[in-house]
Order: sequence, then structure tokens, then C-alpha cells
Amino acid sequence: MSIKYWKQIVDSLLSLMAGFFVGGIIIWLAGFDPLLFYQGLLIGAFGNLYYFMTTLSYAAPLMLTGLSFAIAARASLFNVGAEGQSYLGALAAVSIGAFLTLPNLAHQLLIIVFAFVLGGLLGGLAGWLKVSRGVNEVVSTIMLNYLSLYVSNYLFTYWLYDPMRAYKTKNIETTAILPFVMPGTDLSLSLFLAVLASFFIYILLWKTPFGYEIRAVGLNPTAASYGGINVRRSMVLSMFISGGVAALAGAFEVMGRFHCMDTELTYIKGYGFDGIAVSLIGRNHPIAIIPASILFAMLKTGVQAVQRYTSVGGRTGVPLELGLAVQGVIIVFVALPSIIDMIRRMR
Amino acid sequence: MDLGILSIFVEPSFYLGALRLMVPITLAAIGEIIAERSGVVNIGLEGIIMLGALSSVYVGYFTGNLYLALLAGISTGIALGILHALISIYLAGDQIVVGVGLNLFAYGIGVVTLYLTWGTFANSPIIPKGAQIPKFYGFSPFVPFTIAVGIIAWYIIERTSIGLRLKAVGENPRAADSAGINVFKIRFFATLVGSVLAALGGVFLGLDWLASYTRDISAGRGFIALAMVVFSRWNPIIAVFSGLLFGFLFAISLSIPSGIVPDQVIWSIPYIATVLVAAGFVAKTRAPAALGKPYKRE
Repeated sequence: MSIKYWKQIVDSLLSLMAGFFVGGIIIWLAGFDPLLFYQGLLIGAFGNLYYFMTTLSYAAPLMLTGLSFAIAARASLFNVGAEGQSYLGALAAVSIGAFLTLPNLAHQLLIIVFAFVLGGLLGGLAGWLKVSRGVNEVVSTIMLNYLSLYVSNYLFTYWLYDPMRAYKTKNIETTAILPFVMPGTDLSLSLFLAVLASFFIYILLWKTPFGYEIRAVGLNPTAASYGGINVRRSMVLSMFISGGVAALAGAFEVMGRFHCMDTELTYIKGYGFDGIAVSLIGRNHPIAIIPASILFAMLKTGVQAVQRYTSVGGRTGVPLELGLAVQGVIIVFVALPSIIDMIRRMR
Repeated sequence: MDLGILSIFVEPSFYLGALRLMVPITLAAIGEIIAERSGVVNIGLEGIIMLGALSSVYVGYFTGNLYLALLAGISTGIALGILHALISIYLAGDQIVVGVGLNLFAYGIGVVTLYLTWGTFANSPIIPKGAQIPKFYGFSPFVPFTIAVGIIAWYIIERTSIGLRLKAVGENPRAADSAGINVFKIRFFATLVGSVLAALGGVFLGLDWLASYTRDISAGRGFIALAMVVFSRWNPIIAVFSGLLFGFLFAISLSIPSGIVPDQVIWSIPYIATVLVAAGFVAKTRAPAALGKPYKRE
């Protein structure tokens, strides 16, 4: 590996450490033992086989939303809409999974295609608004997040609900389920599909003319345009793929973990925003996103461990949103210019 | 005569509500206009609104003192402004990434504080009367304040030498620098003012509108303000008018009684409107030339 890569890895690790350090301070300020937090992170990762598998199971959706952010970022677009796009993926999985009868494989495949297209259209819409109407994609994707939340919430509440348990949707058919890899844990085939997607996106971006165009647009749209690249088309297409991949995160959570969705979508809330941190720590590189997603999955299980430790009696412990605060700090540190460069300049 | 759903439009309280709901988005948008005119983008408006609301409600709840609560909100705005300015102006970091991080941090810290302080995940109790913004005949002083801020901001940007320097820094920082203007200082103060105004938008939500803190209190208003900046063509006076439009839309989405149309349709109104209005107006406008680009001296 070249020096350039090493520098990026060191910078990412420093950002992570800074985030975990500030996270510890928050817990300390809240009156709890910060060591619980760090211990929780480690137990979440290595405590026992069950915890390890749980951590890996969280890595799958994080990997997909991270990839989603990376694809758009490579075309210099900020897709902060993976949240809403993943809701549409869950919507696709529930509607086709629970209300259509199809043979095995065909059923799962149809969900994957439908989810990808639905999320892709939402992402592509933001891309189109950007190139043809000049609407900032950060604004439009956030607005579309609210829209897809309310659309899914409406359809789940009034059309796709489970008559016996109205807080959730009907369960999907067994033919639509992604099988568990290890019975008794939450780890399903979705992890392998997510890793496969990472390699696929890597090849797409670095080994095909199409990917070359996206990256050229991201580096310098004016130069790309002079070089004969259709900049608008590349931007819209990168947003389409970005939205599609984010939708897979939502669909796989339904197919692999829950087999249904709660009407308020709390089961999958947050993965879209988590993906931003995952991708930034992985420097928007599809392969680096694989270990980055496992690190953030550790954060998720770690925060859950802290919640368990801090719950007393019937009262739940520290909310899982603590993880979001820590991620926010990590992202702010990523925004800083390379720490190594700064030290070098000082000498 | 039965007006059905239209009956909400004959209630005076509806229009008072629309006027008040204009406040947070408009304040944030005016602040962002000042910052963007100097060349600095702040995607973290949403987070600043949240933390402005959180800090003022927290202090207001425990002291019952309006002035201390206001001070807390404004100080939060100053602190976050300094943070953003430091990273994006002096360290030449990525302005968009900082803002995205700040938004996540603010949302997370908001929920954690709700839980640790009041043992709930949803909303704080109502703050004492003494810490709430007093109303005159149901009219919030924040409304004339917001309109005044819009007019003053417009006057400073378009009619004073400070405004001229602000615009020079946002259009061509290198030329401004060689003309003896301190690019870093102007951007620093523009960012600071922008952040304080956004925090005041949060203070309004916390001490006036809701008199409490709720999870996701900002509800996308920071992002709506960002969109408003563009279709107000970076003009604070137009921002006041587009603020009125969105105050009106938020008032509609809050006052249509449920059961007539699905709630989810009504809740979506401000967000769909933002996309539609943005798509309809944006193509004709031009952003400050150096927007979002850190300035580095050779």
C-alpha cells in the first residue's frame, strides 16, 4: 500500500479515537462510568460468539448505506437521503414479500429489484432536481426523507398492517426471507450480499468506463465536460445507484432480520445517517467501507451494552441516540484537514 | 354556514400562528444569507436550532429566568459559530462535512439530555412561566424582531461599506485580500452572526412556541431555511416574505383537524412545498462565486 493510503488510514483512526474519547466524556458528564462505554464496545465486538454475530449483522445495513453515500460522493454529491431511500426499500420488501405469492429465489429477487428501483428513483429525483433545476441535493434529499417516512408510515398503518398486531405490518412469506447464517443469532445472508455489493461497486467505479466518468465528474466537472463526458447524466445515474443501494439496506433488514416492519419504521431508523459516518471514515472507498461498517456496528452494540448497564428496574437506560452524538463528533473530526499534514506543516 | 375544512382560515389564531411559525425559519435563513454572502456555507443550521432550543429550555427550566435562558441560547449560537468558523475558515476544513456532523451530534445529544434530565425520550415538561417569552395580546415580540432583523440585514448588506466588503469577500476573496480587506475576519463574524440567528430560531421554538424541548424540535426547519436562502436570491427582505409563506404552510399542516385527509399527507405539506418551490425558482439565481470554498493565502 502506498503512503497515501496509510496517511488516510491513520487520519480515519484518529477521528474515530477522538469521537470515542468525546463519547466517553459525554457518558462521564451524564454521571456514568465511561469505562462501561469502552468495555461495551469491546464486549460488543469480542464478548462471545453471539455478540460478535450480532455486531456483524449490524454491519450489513451500515455497509450498504455507507456504499450509497460513497457512490454519490464520488460524483461530488452529498446524498443525505439514504435514510428515506432505505424506508422505501423496507416498503418494497413488505409489500411484495407479504402480499405476493412467488416461488423461492424469484420472490427474493423481485424484492431486491423492486427495492433498488424504488430507492433509485427517489435518489435519481434528487439528482435530476440538482442538474436541471439547481436544487441543492442536501436540501432535497432531507425533504424527501420526510416524504418517504410519511408515505411508508401511511401505507403501513392503513394498508399493509397486521390485523392481529396493528403496530406492525404483516409478516413476509417464507419464500421472501433471507435465511439466517447461524440460527439463534440475527446474522443473515444479508451480510454476504452487502460484501458482494461492496466489491461490485468497487469494480463499477474503478474498472468500468461508467465508473470512470462518475469519478471524473466528481474530481472536476468542467474538465470532465470538456473531455466529452455527459456530466448531468453521470450525476443523475450516480444518485440513482446511490438511492438503490440505500434501499437494499432497508429491504435486507426486513428480509433478513425482522420479516416485517413496525408502522413507525423505528426498526430501521438511523441507518441512513449512520452510513454517512461509515463512508467518511472509509474515505468513500467501497472496500474500506467494509471494515468501517464493522467498526460502527461495534459502536451500535456498544451503545446497546451501555443501555443495558444503565437500565434500572423497568426503566430503560441511556438512549441509543448516544451513538448518533458520538458519530456526529467523529464526522466533525473527519472534516478537519489531515492531522498528519498539519503536524508536518508545523515543523 | 358550514365551511368544512376551510373554517380554519377564518380563525384569527390561524394567522397569528402562521406569523409565529415564520420566525425560526426566517431567522435561520437571514443568518445563513449573511454567512453565504461572505462565502461560508453552514449545513449545520438544523443542529444549531436544536442546540439553541435545548440550552435555553434547560436553563429556563431550572432557573425560571427568561434572561438567563436567552443568554444560554445565544451563547450556544456563539460557541457553535466559533466552532464552524474555526474549522471551515481558519483550518480550511470541509464545510459540508462539519455541518452534517453537527446535525447528528445535536440530535443525539438532544435525546440523551431529555432522557438524563427528565427521564423521557419524547419531550420535556413545560418550562416555568417566568422563563417563557411574554406575549402581548397573543402576539410574540419575536415576530417584529424577525422582520426588523430582515430589514437591518438587507440595509447592511446593500447600503453600507461593511456590506460591500462582505460581498467582495464572498465573490472574490483574493481581490478583496489585495484591496486590504481581512477575508478571515469578515468571514468569521459573518459565520458567527449566522449561527447566533439560527440559535435564536431555536430559542423561539423552546421558549415561545412550544415552551419545552421535544425530540426533533427543529423538524427540518434548518434545511428548509437553506433552501429559502437560494430562492430568496440571498436577499433578507425576500427571505422574510418566503418565511411568511412557510409559516403559513406549517400553520396549515398543524391546524387541519385529523380524520379529513390522512395525517401523513398534511404533515408532508411543508416538505413537499420546499422541494416544489426550490425547483420552481432556483434556476434563475446565482450563488456568491466563492461559496463553500475555503480561502488560503499564498
